[in-house]
Amino acid sequence: MKDMFIQGNEACALGAINAGARFFAGYPISPVNELSEFCSRELPKLGGIFIQMEDEIGGLAAVIGASLGGMKAFTATSGPGFSLMQENLGFAVMAEVPCVLISVQRYGLCTGVATKPGQQDIMQARWGTHGDHPIIALVPSTVQECFDLTVQAFNLSERFSSPVLVLTDAALAHLRERVIIKDEGELNIINRKTPSVSPEEYLPYSPDVNGIPTLAPYGGRHILRVTGLFHDERGFSTSNPEKCRKLLERLHSKILNHQKELPPPKYYGKDGAEIILISYGISARSAREAAERGIKKGINMGMINLQTVWPFPEEHIMNLCDQAEKIFVVELNMGQITGEVQKIFKGKAEVMPILRYDTNVITPSEILDKIESVVK
Amino acid sequence: MQGIPDSYSDYIAWEQLPHLWCAGCGHGIILKGIILALGELDIPPHKALLATGIGCSGRAGDYIACHRFQGTHGRTLAFATGIAAAQPDLTIIAFMGDGDAGAIGGNHLIHAARRNINITAVISNNFNYGMTGGQFSPLTPENSITSTSRSGKSESIMDICSIAAEAGANYVAKTTVYHVRELHKFLKEAISTKGFSLVEVISPCPTYYGRYNKIGNSPEMLNWLKETALPLEKFQSLSHEEKQKFFWRGKLVQRSREDFLNKYKKQQSAMK
Repeated sequence: MKDMFIQGNEACALGAINAGARFFAGYPISPVNELSEFCSRELPKLGGIFIQMEDEIGGLAAVIGASLGGMKAFTATSGPGFSLMQENLGFAVMAEVPCVLISVQRYGLCTGVATKPGQQDIMQARWGTHGDHPIIALVPSTVQECFDLTVQAFNLSERFSSPVLVLTDAALAHLRERVIIKDEGELNIINRKTPSVSPEEYLPYSPDVNGIPTLAPYGGRHILRVTGLFHDERGFSTSNPEKCRKLLERLHSKILNHQKELPPPKYYGKDGAEIILISYGISARSAREAAERGIKKGINMGMINLQTVWPFPEEHIMNLCDQAEKIFVVELNMGQITGEVQKIFKGKAEVMPILRYDTNVITPSEILDKIESVVK
Repeated sequence: MQGIPDSYSDYIAWEQLPHLWCAGCGHGIILKGIILALGELDIPPHKALLATGIGCSGRAGDYIACHRFQGTHGRTLAFATGIAAAQPDLTIIAFMGDGDAGAIGGNHLIHAARRNINITAVISNNFNYGMTGGQFSPLTPENSITSTSRSGKSESIMDICSIAAEAGANYVAKTTVYHVRELHKFLKEAISTKGFSLVEVISPCPTYYGRYNKIGNSPEMLNWLKETALPLEKFQSLSHEEKQKFFWRGKLVQRSREDFLNKYKKQQSAMK
């Protein structure tokens, strides 16, 4: 265990490495470069490999390849690079390849403002790749959580045989805080399942009781067949309607039936509060401060800090907002998660956005002012 | 299967046959060449991986019994770069079409060759996108009739072998499916070469390219390959004008530049 003073980018890289990742491939982009540079220095010391690819498409492709070769592998990027990775992200979902993709969100739309924070890629994380698909996305809001949730991301990717996203932002990536870094031996690490049947009986996409396939690494006697086409349990392509429907349903149910295993939201403030703030990532820090100030002023309020943004933790939010009359969603975009929360409450509670999308991080005073203007 | 050597039979997923390729297509001849080479080089199925792209040739993985990877369109070599890093002892064959390798995947091809990743790229060049209806690719000869160049392709042809050679590949050769002995020889040499190797194989698509360009049916297309593919030296002696009517076949490069992974590991251990 080490007591360190590091930035979010470095904490994510350390989380990956201490979770067992030994392969990184990516392409330079702001504001994620410290993370890649860290990997280029540190991975070789552990026998790992860093490859700077020709673009982000190749970055995620190489990561998927390395993972199928048996390594824990990850990439990191930001908006434009995340856009380029979408097709291969869908491939990783379809082929059920464990891997981690860290996207450091910058102020977006196109090239945006490369060094400023945003939370504008939340819906892209959910729906960026084509076709119906599930996705797991974690959203740290402290440098400690950058480390902790990246470790969890690797565990979840192996547990669910699925890509997992970690969404930070330009502010958190460069924020320095004191962090407790646990070594590999001190962490609970989930490793990939190995086949329990003979090579002759082995079917790579035959699911276990939890709906998870067992992908034996390439190069062993258990023959691994992987394709992005709809496929049967052997890994050969199929267009059989029944097989296609069943595979698509399993891809969803293997995660949605086990949502309780995903990092739950943190709650701060009074139980049964009438006013609830919901936020995540860098904005959650301001929202939490706003809630604390509000409580001191006598407002009956609480704050939900999401750790998992996809699949959306509806049940947790419903329970925590049991008594809520007014819900405010705080985020650095034009209301991407606000819409999700509105969908849940359907008029049962008033859901209002507190947004900022001007390249700056939202402040606690702005949030509290907005609440007071509505509550009074 | 009767009359087929074990070394060949072991690599085939017999239960998957018949394949989906049209009569007269060359992809099967190249796939046979690949698995014969693997057998002759004593590389067992579990130590070989066939990585393919998208399109007709991309379906090759459905018919083989070794490890199989089929990625997204054009990205085969980028995926294979990661596989090669994780499994350096695996023999990786990246089997791609001309559109897959030359158009959408052109960037990855240049950089896989430059990086000198230990992969054998086999490009089945049938001068068009067969799966989608016979559109032209960068490797389609100029003036060809295709479903997207009804009055002739205005763009010039892309010489993917020269590009790979310039980028730094350790082995580059080109032949046709008519010249099967040469094809087998090149594939064996390419697979045996450490680092990036590339074999381009001109292959008939009678369904589209042959029909649109009035070359004829399958045997007529093979005869056309026999007559138009000249040994490299002979081709080089032709005038610029004559060159437009022929293709070259032969070995362009054979060298032993250190491959990426060896060099990377050596440099990193020197740093420690």
